[in-house]
Amino acid sequence: MIKITDILFIFFLVPLSAFGSGPEMKLDRAPIHPADKLSLQRGAQTFVNYCLTCHSAEYMRYNRLRDLGLTETQISDNLIFTGQKVGELMTVAMRKKDAKQWFGVAPPDLSVIARSRGADWLYTYLRKFYRDESTATGWNNLLFDKVAMPHALYQLQGQQSVVLKTVDDGHGGQHEVKELKLDTPGTLSKTEYDLYVADLVNYLVYLGEPAAAKRLQLGVIVLLFLFGMLALTYALKHEFWRDIH
Amino acid sequence: MSKQRLASMIEWVDARFPLTANWRAHLSEYYAPKNFNFWYYFGSLAMLVLVNQLLTGIFLTMNYKPDANMAFASVEYIMRDVDFGWLIRYMHSTGASMFFVVVYLHMFRGMMYGSYRKPRELLWLIGMGIFFVLMMLAFTGYILPWGQMSYWGAQVIVSMIGAIPVVGQTLSNWLLGDFMLSDAALNRFFAYHVVTLPVLLVTLVVVHILALHEVGSNNPDGIEIKANKDPVTHIPVDGIPFHPYYSVKDIFGVVVFLIVFCSIIFFAPEMGGYFLEYNNFVPANTLQTPDHIAPVWYFTPYYSMLRAVTINFLWIDAKLWGIVLMGGSVAIFCLLPWLDRSPVKSIRYKGPIFKTALVLFVISVFVLGWLGTKSPTPLYTSLAQIFTVVYFAFFILMPWYSKIDKTKPEPTRVKE
Repeated sequence: MIKITDILFIFFLVPLSAFGSGPEMKLDRAPIHPADKLSLQRGAQTFVNYCLTCHSAEYMRYNRLRDLGLTETQISDNLIFTGQKVGELMTVAMRKKDAKQWFGVAPPDLSVIARSRGADWLYTYLRKFYRDESTATGWNNLLFDKVAMPHALYQLQGQQSVVLKTVDDGHGGQHEVKELKLDTPGTLSKTEYDLYVADLVNYLVYLGEPAAAKRLQLGVIVLLFLFGMLALTYALKHEFWRDIH
Repeated sequence: MSKQRLASMIEWVDARFPLTANWRAHLSEYYAPKNFNFWYYFGSLAMLVLVNQLLTGIFLTMNYKPDANMAFASVEYIMRDVDFGWLIRYMHSTGASMFFVVVYLHMFRGMMYGSYRKPRELLWLIGMGIFFVLMMLAFTGYILPWGQMSYWGAQVIVSMIGAIPVVGQTLSNWLLGDFMLSDAALNRFFAYHVVTLPVLLVTLVVVHILALHEVGSNNPDGIEIKANKDPVTHIPVDGIPFHPYYSVKDIFGVVVFLIVFCSIIFFAPEMGGYFLEYNNFVPANTLQTPDHIAPVWYFTPYYSMLRAVTINFLWIDAKLWGIVLMGGSVAIFCLLPWLDRSPVKSIRYKGPIFKTALVLFVISVFVLGWLGTKSPTPLYTSLAQIFTVVYFAFFILMPWYSKIDKTKPEPTRVKE
């Protein structure tokens, strides 16, 4: 049983300790375009190839990808590697219990990851992996220290390592910052890799809320209707209230 | 249908149920002051939001599963697989926040124009009852998606119930149906949220309106229109029938409100993390406390006051004082009718001291609300302490400053 004092301890002190963990890393702005269907399709391809082996997206059905301009046949021919039917959810075969034993934590489901982390966080995170022999996987991340996930895209990005650099803070003082340098190039150049990750993040944002495009579209119609009603109801009110004074 | 046919049907009903009599008493012959301004829209808007919550709530219930293993997934099922489920859910989640927006503005209107003063003390108390039930509804509803903030936010509140001396732990077990927040508790909170509390809320709203129509509406001048009636018709000279005048005016208000409401639903349903917190898109994990627990915006002023007490005094723990202060900050509104000793009701005729006090009170609510969203630092905690004092001083010193304030004489007729 959890004691009241423990809860209040968490409640009063955890926010303090969170604050004490130092300034947060500045996030890079994700250059994503939610209306770009080709970018979303490329992102979906990357997602099923690299992410959907460990991470599930178990609230999402494959056939929903018709939103991206694909047909059901295209989806089952190109994006389903698990033998599942097109109407099924994006689950993974890896059992949570096994995953926890192998990685230390079970890889989180990615259905709404873009809604909890945000696009900029994901875009920064996927580009900040570096080699670190002190960790179990041999990988670490500048944004997410001691992350359990190995760098799934390293063949594309190449291998980076961390270097300490001294910079002026603009107030006469100096401090050290961690920077990444590319040791072994991957199959993509830096610009190509950034675009590649941007497509994936674009897809993850779509995955977080597949109805978003429809929401915005419908919103414009609803507001136009309401502004029409505004004029009508104002005229009605004005007409009735003429005799009050 | 011919006009005679309709008239005879209404006659048939009237002989068996007071249809026309009620229509007259509450709409066509309910006389409201003719000088209602902007602040008088929020009562009817609160009713609109209530209807929105009830209707969208029914549809959400059809697909939501109150089960700790399925709740989070069922919400995402509503967002993805249910036709227009995303719209229904955003209408409900945005409606929850907008309920507090309109109710806070409605309450502020009452504070400005002295709507709690005699003969409307009971009306004010019933309104406070509605506010309590609304807070409980918001709390129980926020648990249902079973995200990280649902779970840990509820954990904080539940631990507060448990901290009540003597009966706390028993009360907490009784409410949760378990010794900790779990599946059993989720089921119970679902029952409270969809049956117990809505029934209570609707009942209180009906009672609130009956009480209002008994004493009649206040107005921005804070004078009684019933004191000045036409000698022949016995209708208040400054009164106009609610229908059609205020029904058409309120419909216009409804459209303005819907423009704001729909802009949020369709273009910013998360409202930058204030209406839907980002951390609540992570399923509840009973073993992992989030770095930063913050309630939804409408609870942040009280949360700030809860955190503001850092010293033990009078042999009582600081934490318990925080809880007392938090409860007191809401309950103290109930005393307003008896704290205000001013000879006038409306801020229009009150003096500079009351106006200053009200401005300071509003500032303290906003500062405390903002601080409640932040992680505490020594500076923030001191600020919270200062503004908690300001908040309570507004109420506690009111009997004194409302008496010595220089007021202006009230007019005998309402102003345009």
